[in-house]
Amino acid sequence: MLRRLSAAVVLIAGLAACGGAGGGAAGGGGGGGGGGDTITLGFAQVGAESGWRTANTKSIQDSAKAAGIDLKFSDAQQKQENQIKAIRSYIQQKVDAIAFSPVVESGWDTVLKEAKDAKIPVLLTDRAVDSPDTSLYRTFIGSDFVVEGTKAGEWLVKEYEGKSDPVNIVELQGTTGSAPANDRKKGFGDVIAADPKFKIIASQTGDFTRAKGKEVMEAFLKAHKDIDVLFAHNDDMGLGAIEAIEGAGLKPGVDIKIITIDAVKDGMQALADGKINFIAECSPLLGPQLMDLVKKVVKGEQVPQRVLTEETTFTPEQAKAALPERKY
Amino acid sequence: MSRETDAVRDERVVADGESDLVAPRGAGRMRGLARHRLLWPVLVLVLLLLSNLIFTPGFFEIEVRQGHLYGSVVDIVRFGAPLILVALGMTLVIATGGIDLSVGSIVAICGAMACLRISDLGDQNEVTGVLAAIGLALALSLVLGLWNGALIAGVGVQPIIATLILMVAGRGLAQLITGGQIITINSSPYKLIGAGYWLTLPFSILVALAVTALAVLLTRRTALGLLIEAVGGNAEASRLAGIRSRRIMLMAYVFCGFCAGVAGLMISSNVSSADGNNAGLWIELDAILAVVIGGTPLAGGRFSIGGTVIGALIIQALSTTIYTIGVPPETTLLFKAVVVTVVCLVQSPAFRARVFRRRAPRPLPVAEKPKAEVAR
Repeated sequence: MLRRLSAAVVLIAGLAACGGAGGGAAGGGGGGGGGGDTITLGFAQVGAESGWRTANTKSIQDSAKAAGIDLKFSDAQQKQENQIKAIRSYIQQKVDAIAFSPVVESGWDTVLKEAKDAKIPVLLTDRAVDSPDTSLYRTFIGSDFVVEGTKAGEWLVKEYEGKSDPVNIVELQGTTGSAPANDRKKGFGDVIAADPKFKIIASQTGDFTRAKGKEVMEAFLKAHKDIDVLFAHNDDMGLGAIEAIEGAGLKPGVDIKIITIDAVKDGMQALADGKINFIAECSPLLGPQLMDLVKKVVKGEQVPQRVLTEETTFTPEQAKAALPERKY
Repeated sequence: MSRETDAVRDERVVADGESDLVAPRGAGRMRGLARHRLLWPVLVLVLLLLSNLIFTPGFFEIEVRQGHLYGSVVDIVRFGAPLILVALGMTLVIATGGIDLSVGSIVAICGAMACLRISDLGDQNEVTGVLAAIGLALALSLVLGLWNGALIAGVGVQPIIATLILMVAGRGLAQLITGGQIITINSSPYKLIGAGYWLTLPFSILVALAVTALAVLLTRRTALGLLIEAVGGNAEASRLAGIRSRRIMLMAYVFCGFCAGVAGLMISSNVSSADGNNAGLWIELDAILAVVIGGTPLAGGRFSIGGTVIGALIIQALSTTIYTIGVPPETTLLFKAVVVTVVCLVQSPAFRARVFRRRAPRPLPVAEKPKAEVAR
């Protein structure tokens, strides 16, 4: 009798446990599906390596707030493993969409497959991944870095038009292996390759930071006495290099012509002061466009595989005009 | 007399400390020099510098440009100054048997704090305001060092864990101070610290020299160095012997925080901007490497300030070499890894004893035996 009773108790307890578990699962599903009214977006940022990046972060945060999207933000401090960790945690939290700006181009397939299996759409911002499987992400919004490099190269070709003397160029590359570094190098290199007078005599990474830009430029100045042009993959490295050039007793913008990419406020100021000669813009303000895409993707609408941000170029005169309204 | 005895003697020479530099006794001056533990790091540094001559003939040229010294070697010393400072603090902490992972974050916090205060000034070139900002930043570095020290010596948290807290949280703190932005300033008095010159010499290296001299004076001309080594050897035994081991440990962490603070001022001053995310990133690893290359064992109990300075210079010389000879960026890290591995192996007495025994098994003269005993 007692045994039968206890069996019944165990049975009931078991049923209750099943019910509880079922309820829990349903609750969990409800939580994930609850994104119907407010969309949750997980965003894994590269870091805050430059003024450009912080403007990019701010644009995304502000426009998420304006669009009523719940933004979960993480900062990877330039480390791919941190970004992968962040994306995994977003998958576990069952966010509605994941957006991120890949630190480097390769090595994303596994984590992106995990997101795909969890049926969470992924959007790439500002930097691409080199995976051949384009079904791993819905869209890629950002600048065309090759075009930026091309614009920089075209200006240089025009500047030295009709002169036959050799032009010695040094290049400060971005983070090794990152899409902007690879593409800007390629775009620039392809344009100047047409004319043999242009020669890149030294090329090193400055990690997109001012301190490294200065350090590397100091070494360039000592190793090569005849530098005509500096091509820096972003403004911040260019700004660091300007200090190095001034320290060597040369005039930046005159003795050494400087081309950079980005057009952040400090860079535009240097351009207006004549210390930089030309900047190809790379706009970080892609927040509003990104939020529109997120909404469409979550609703299940079709979006184009590639969305470009609007960009221009600046000469010193244009910089003077644009500077007062420059926000970042 | 076997090679083992030689290895033991090597160990003894290492343990003798800085005094060995002044008076190599027993086996004669030349032999003392050959056995000196700074020999290998110095040799590596010299080789590294000389190898540049092949690629850049003018590597050792130093000229006066715009009223200050200008040249690759000057660059190495100038850019190496922050690393020397951080490694100096790290040496003392490691000597007490601890480690400080938070130095990179302290670098970022102090640079950010100083730049923030200066950017708030009405006139950024006002000397008193800049001095106040520097004072505040350095006070903050002392507080951060005290925090580490209190956790480790007071509460008894493992050093690697305690400083890991500040390493991670400190980056956030630096971001908070800068508001996630890069603070750009335009202050000539502040610029002096990292990028300025005094009597044609880079000011940063003068600061590094001053702090190094202070550390040498305090640790080798007073009993402090001995006490630090005693604590590092065995904290409990030294406490029982009457040394206030907790206080010594606390001091080491505060000094380390201070050194990192000064380095932070230098790094931010060098580019006239504070970058909460990148300033001093991974400098803790470079500093630990410099300490190890300099011959200070990670287990604590003894240390070499001269070795640390040379270690830091080796690391900076390596970076400058990479830029000047044009190693492709893709292979830079591999190149560094290979050089560092070679340096670490070459300066290890155990490794040398093993390799040289195998390569050159020379018969040992009998006459050496009594000498060895004299040395003992």
